Amino acid sequence: MTLALRNLALSLTAICSACLMPNEPARAQSSLETDISSHLISVTSDFTGTELLLFGAIKYDEEDLGQGQGDVLVVVRGPEKDIVVRRKDRVAGIWINTDAVEFSRVPSFYAIASNRPIEEIAPADLLSRLRLGPSRLRFRANEPANVSLPFEEAIVRQKSLEDLYSDQAAAVYFLGDTLFRTTIAIPANVPVGDYIAEFYLFKDGELMSAQSSPLFIKKSGLGRTIFDFAHDYPALYGIAAIIVALFAGWLASAVFRKD
Amino acid sequence: MTVYLPIAEISVNLFLILGMGGLVGFLSGMFGVGGGFLMTPLLIFVGIPPAVSVASVANQITATSVSGVLAHWRRGNVDFKMGTIMLVGGIVGTLIGTWIFTLLTSIGQVDLMISLSYVIFLGTIGALMFAESAKAMINTRKGNVRRKKLHQHYWIHGLPFKMRFRKSKLYISALMPLGLGALVGILSSIMGVGGGFVVVPAMIYLLGMPTSVVIGTSLFQIIFVTMNVTLLHSMTTQTVDIMLALLLMSSSVVGAQIGTRMVNKLRGEQLRILLALIVLFVCLKLAFDLVITPDDLYSLGYGGK
Repeated sequence: MTLALRNLALSLTAICSACLMPNEPARAQSSLETDISSHLISVTSDFTGTELLLFGAIKYDEEDLGQGQGDVLVVVRGPEKDIVVRRKDRVAGIWINTDAVEFSRVPSFYAIASNRPIEEIAPADLLSRLRLGPSRLRFRANEPANVSLPFEEAIVRQKSLEDLYSDQAAAVYFLGDTLFRTTIAIPANVPVGDYIAEFYLFKDGELMSAQSSPLFIKKSGLGRTIFDFAHDYPALYGIAAIIVALFAGWLASAVFRKD
Repeated sequence: MTVYLPIAEISVNLFLILGMGGLVGFLSGMFGVGGGFLMTPLLIFVGIPPAVSVASVANQITATSVSGVLAHWRRGNVDFKMGTIMLVGGIVGTLIGTWIFTLLTSIGQVDLMISLSYVIFLGTIGALMFAESAKAMINTRKGNVRRKKLHQHYWIHGLPFKMRFRKSKLYISALMPLGLGALVGILSSIMGVGGGFVVVPAMIYLLGMPTSVVIGTSLFQIIFVTMNVTLLHSMTTQTVDIMLALLLMSSSVVGAQIGTRMVNKLRGEQLRILLALIVLFVCLKLAFDLVITPDDLYSLGYGGK
């Protein structure tokens, strides 16, 4: 449902940005055809991260054909979570958490790739409105913006350190005028959940088209079984963990007794 | 070689975790402490979320303690009567501790309280042990082996409900081990440790138990405390990572066996001064972290964890 909503929002933004251009006559839009190398990434017990290949083609309409290349921006964003950001202050010589701001629906993963620096692709106000790039993400806070801004910056800073947010770490390559591809690194510490890959087509600083497709990152194999067991049968899981520990302790003792 | 931890949701280096488990297990067998006060900070340092570290370490300590107790039991170094009475106190203490923990969480200063109580307890115990064992070592070296009184008499010995503990060669009030157990229960639930580093010195200095019996008895008691903690965490926070615990166990049980063999090679005061130094080191590290300016003043928390 969120996907559908986002799609709707994207197309609305696309239409609006078209409406906002007064001097330009209405015209047919160029569009995108895209796909991802894999819509399901399995996190197994030996998962050390992977690379996701995102590719597609620009379908230029007749007017745009031969009018130069468009710009492509690719975004991969992860499941949204609520985050509390705390700030430490020195109180009587020691550092103590004093202030806290709560943010809702912060993407747990955000990576963006483009064929050239995004500041060159579109004007700053449009990028801000579309919230493209980690530094332009805006999260809903329980405090006014002037208070929450440094806390918001802390989210982006710390997520970037963990490789969970990346700003144009990857590039979109064109093969000819229409075909494009990019790889986005999925690190080992990637949160599992429902992801979205978004493709944006810009031409002369205007958003022409946008597309999104779902992507799932799931635990699988033994890890999945353990995770499910822990959450579905917590009491049994705890007892199992205790029995394993008792057995391991006895086993070691028995083994060492012989020598 | 890396391995993915399903509950912690990160990949870690297999040999790093095994090495840490072995080292802490060795210390555990040698000193009769669970090692949680060393292992938990180490795991947090390598990037495992604090909640997962605390819960999984509790599970691992159960295994190490079982391995240690069996070894000590064969040498006749476990006072089951003393351990059982402490355990009863421990259950009461855990309930009180859990209540305090919930209270602190609602105020939002639980991290600070954990660090502060670590610094205070480790600092006091480490300093006391260090002073005492250093004095004992100097005395032995000087050769003036003043024959110690079998045990000293404090107000403690005037308490009612006296019981005879044959293994520990003691005739003391049952309220003592009961109260000590309760204190440890409170500490375990707040600090997420087995409580061995508090129990061991307390048994030696407050109860006057012989060092060799203290270690086995402390481990016996820790088994039950950590079993309780594992179960509570599994049921309330789902943060016990059995994969992480298994890795830690597999090397720590081996370490514990080697550690228990070392006990008979070292004298009591040598063991105590070593433990005192380790305790003081961890205390200084934690105190230092509270005082120095952190790299980033901001920290992220998820869903109240």
